[in-house]
Amino acid sequence: MLTIKDLTASYGAITALNGVCLEVAEGELVALLGSNGAGKSTTLKSICGVLRPVQGSVTFLGEEIANKAPEAVLKKGISMVPEGREIFGSLTVEENLRLGAFTSYQRDRYKADLEEMFSLFPILGERFTQPGGLLSGGEQQMLAIARALMSHPKLLMLDEPSLGLSPTMTDSIFELITTLRERGTTILLVEQNAERALEIVDRAYLLTTGSIEFSGTPEELRQRVDIASAYLGGGNGTCEVRL
Amino acid sequence: MIDLEFIINTISLGSLYALLSLGLVFVYGILKLVNFAYGEYVMVGGYALYVIGTFTGMPWYMTMVFAVLAAAFVSYMTELVAFRPVRTKSLTAMLVTSFAVSVFLQNVVLITISSRSRAVRFPAFFSRTLEFAGATVPLRNILIIGITIVLLTVLTIVMKRTVLGMAMRAAADRFTTTRLMGVPANLVISAAFIISGTLAGVVSIFWVGRSASVDPLIGMAPLLIAFIATVIGGMHSLVGAVIGGFVYGLLFNLLSIMLPASLISYRDAFMFVIVILFLLFRPEGIWRGGYTEERVG
Repeated sequence: MLTIKDLTASYGAITALNGVCLEVAEGELVALLGSNGAGKSTTLKSICGVLRPVQGSVTFLGEEIANKAPEAVLKKGISMVPEGREIFGSLTVEENLRLGAFTSYQRDRYKADLEEMFSLFPILGERFTQPGGLLSGGEQQMLAIARALMSHPKLLMLDEPSLGLSPTMTDSIFELITTLRERGTTILLVEQNAERALEIVDRAYLLTTGSIEFSGTPEELRQRVDIASAYLGGGNGTCEVRL
Repeated sequence: MIDLEFIINTISLGSLYALLSLGLVFVYGILKLVNFAYGEYVMVGGYALYVIGTFTGMPWYMTMVFAVLAAAFVSYMTELVAFRPVRTKSLTAMLVTSFAVSVFLQNVVLITISSRSRAVRFPAFFSRTLEFAGATVPLRNILIIGITIVLLTVLTIVMKRTVLGMAMRAAADRFTTTRLMGVPANLVISAAFIISGTLAGVVSIFWVGRSASVDPLIGMAPLLIAFIATVIGGMHSLVGAVIGGFVYGLLFNLLSIMLPASLISYRDAFMFVIVILFLLFRPEGIWRGGYTEERVG
């Protein structure tokens, strides 16, 4: 479904991605793991058109989408839940969701979609007319995911959905990702919380300083790579952070 | 003194200034660009009034409609031709571009029409005065209040009830994320420029109506007023712009009646003192607003 070849991206003089190759098949739940600054978010940004890659190709459903504008990529069927949730704080929950359906709006389907979001995220129904900025962190994350789902994406990309959330909230977000995946949504997940991510994904890629260091199933990854060291850039493996 | 006449004239002046600053903030909110060519949209409206009113037999109301359309169209064209190509560059590039657009538009009328001011014809009722409850008020002052109420209502409905309005508010908040929703960047930016130009066009009718003449430099004062009003009211929300316009109008009229005759010619200097005080003690303006400073990239 999504094929990335030799993707190189940079912020000015700093190269953030150096020849990344990655693939996501239809119906898969794939994680992109790595430490801070490894290039996870940069990869997602290059896919969704926020960042123009220096070179390399991004093919989605047989079509080249590298260098396309974000609005064009969304139309192709890739929806992004950006890092830090990026809720429109001054807009109500309703308006946030309505914008999520900007390109795909059909009155009847929209109403049905809203009902579906309320069943997935009951809190959004309760807060429907409140400004998004008044929601708690976890609620905002749910709104961000619901907003992304409103466009009926073929591929959903989540950038650090558990970041800054309480353990309970993290649980429900991971539960939700599993549910979405069971319903057939193809998902590319970027996570800091590697252990949690490996519990639910089909395959994972490990990024270190801009290149894919390893890819495979969660079992293979656990056997072959010391996840703690990959995250911390050291080899002592004694740190309990994030594991 | 502060009587009914003062109140009506202040609301009227405030209305005009509110529309002016609103037009400036519409573009600023989304592009984070202080468009220094904004005053020239008022000028374009003024010259449209002059050209259509003098050289065609069009009825006055059609002339006014076309003047507003001309300002909106020129605003849109400046976005298309001048601002769009430099949008992803630095903010400085955009600022310099806006100066260039301003100088360019001024010189177009200088070359094609004249450097001297031209008389603009207005219908007789425009300068008529109304008398009621002991107050004498020019009819056009009542007219601008009515038009402002209508425009603010329409804009509120557009911004709150339409998807384009939501997208524009979202874009002012988080531009890139708005694009991730599938909202085309060009759509919201063009819409902002068209609304901005429309407001400038409406203002041009009343601005030119005061002196019934137009000259190539007529856009300077409206730009300055819009800028000061947004500093007072707050650059980060449409509400702030409207408040700023009315507060500016009030302060200006208060200074006019309170300053002794010997100081009245320094009225603008006092106005700037107030602006400096705002910049020192409340730089975000009266109305804080929720917009962030994210640049369009």
